[in-house]
Amino acid sequence: MASLKTLKGRISSVKSTQKITKAMKMVAAAKLRRAQQAAEAGRPYAQRLSGVMESLASRITVGPESPKLLAGTGASQTHLFVVCTSDRGLAGAFNSNIVRAARRRADELMRQGKTVHFYLVGRKGRAVIGRLFPRQIVHQHETGHIKQVSFGDAQAIANDLIARFNGGNYDIAHLFYARFQSALVQEPTDQQIIPVPMATSTGAPAGGVTAAVEYEPDEEEILATLLPRNIAVQIFRALLENAASEQGSRMTAMDNATRNAGDMINRLTIQYNRTRQAAITTELVEIISGAEAL
Amino acid sequence: MPLHFELVTPERLVRSEDVHMVVVPGSEGDFGVLEGHAPFMSTIRNGELAIYRSGMTGEPERITIEGGFAEVNDRGLTVLAERANTPI
Repeated sequence: MASLKTLKGRISSVKSTQKITKAMKMVAAAKLRRAQQAAEAGRPYAQRLSGVMESLASRITVGPESPKLLAGTGASQTHLFVVCTSDRGLAGAFNSNIVRAARRRADELMRQGKTVHFYLVGRKGRAVIGRLFPRQIVHQHETGHIKQVSFGDAQAIANDLIARFNGGNYDIAHLFYARFQSALVQEPTDQQIIPVPMATSTGAPAGGVTAAVEYEPDEEEILATLLPRNIAVQIFRALLENAASEQGSRMTAMDNATRNAGDMINRLTIQYNRTRQAAITTELVEIISGAEAL
Repeated sequence: MPLHFELVTPERLVRSEDVHMVVVPGSEGDFGVLEGHAPFMSTIRNGELAIYRSGMTGEPERITIEGGFAEVNDRGLTVLAERANTPI
């Protein structure tokens, strides 16, 4: 039986933990609103752009001299996984879900004899991936100093990626992040970004683009500016979705933690009171029997 | 005759409205887009976008944009800019 003093100590320690989790929940809720707005505001651009990409890609015949970012290298031997995680923990299963998705895919590909390399964005993926796939991390991009993700950040990552691709080291790139659905649901997503996934011809192209489109300056040049931008936009979108997912996940996790702490305080308080009563009863019995013995 | 016009940046959807005409700073020269323009795609240079809301009269709204491209299709004009400087 724990003594009164240790019980009291435990109650106050759980209480202070509860205060922290409650504060973290509030902060996450406030940040979530902004991150969610940013994520939703970023969606139209990504959608429009991929629409344009698809309609362009469907009209251009892929030849040996078409850009690598569009057509790929023709091989699928070396894969580069861009795994986006957060920099902070205490967000429930947010980071581990993303890492698990990447890991499962990596295992699958490696069983087929492919080579997988990791390009990490954010701090939290490093521990697990570094342990499971040592020497396969090619780069870690620090995002610790970023408060609000800007397009420039995504562009920096994209430029680095494209440079690596043009170096001819990789065939296919995947992007891993958690797509934000709601504060309760964040879906780990595996998206192929290089080469551009070809629109699987689902009937007529959107909007019925049958008329000849005029290009200025010309198709190739537009494609040359569009392809790198598309990569940057997809990464930017992933970062925004990730930011919203992280806050949502943290809010849910901290809400649970606060509730658990409350339950624990109740349990401990009951135990404390029982112990106290027991002690009083024992003391009384001692006094009474002492008095009777006299 | 309204033209459906959308201006989008990676950060947000800046404008989505029906207007009369938009003059876009294309990389090979400015071009104006009216309702019923032929399908067209162009990269854009840094410059000012002029939005004429009601006819050619009246002062157009000017938005400074940087980088990106414009697409015209049968649904209207979409300008995908890297940056757009607007109040709001």
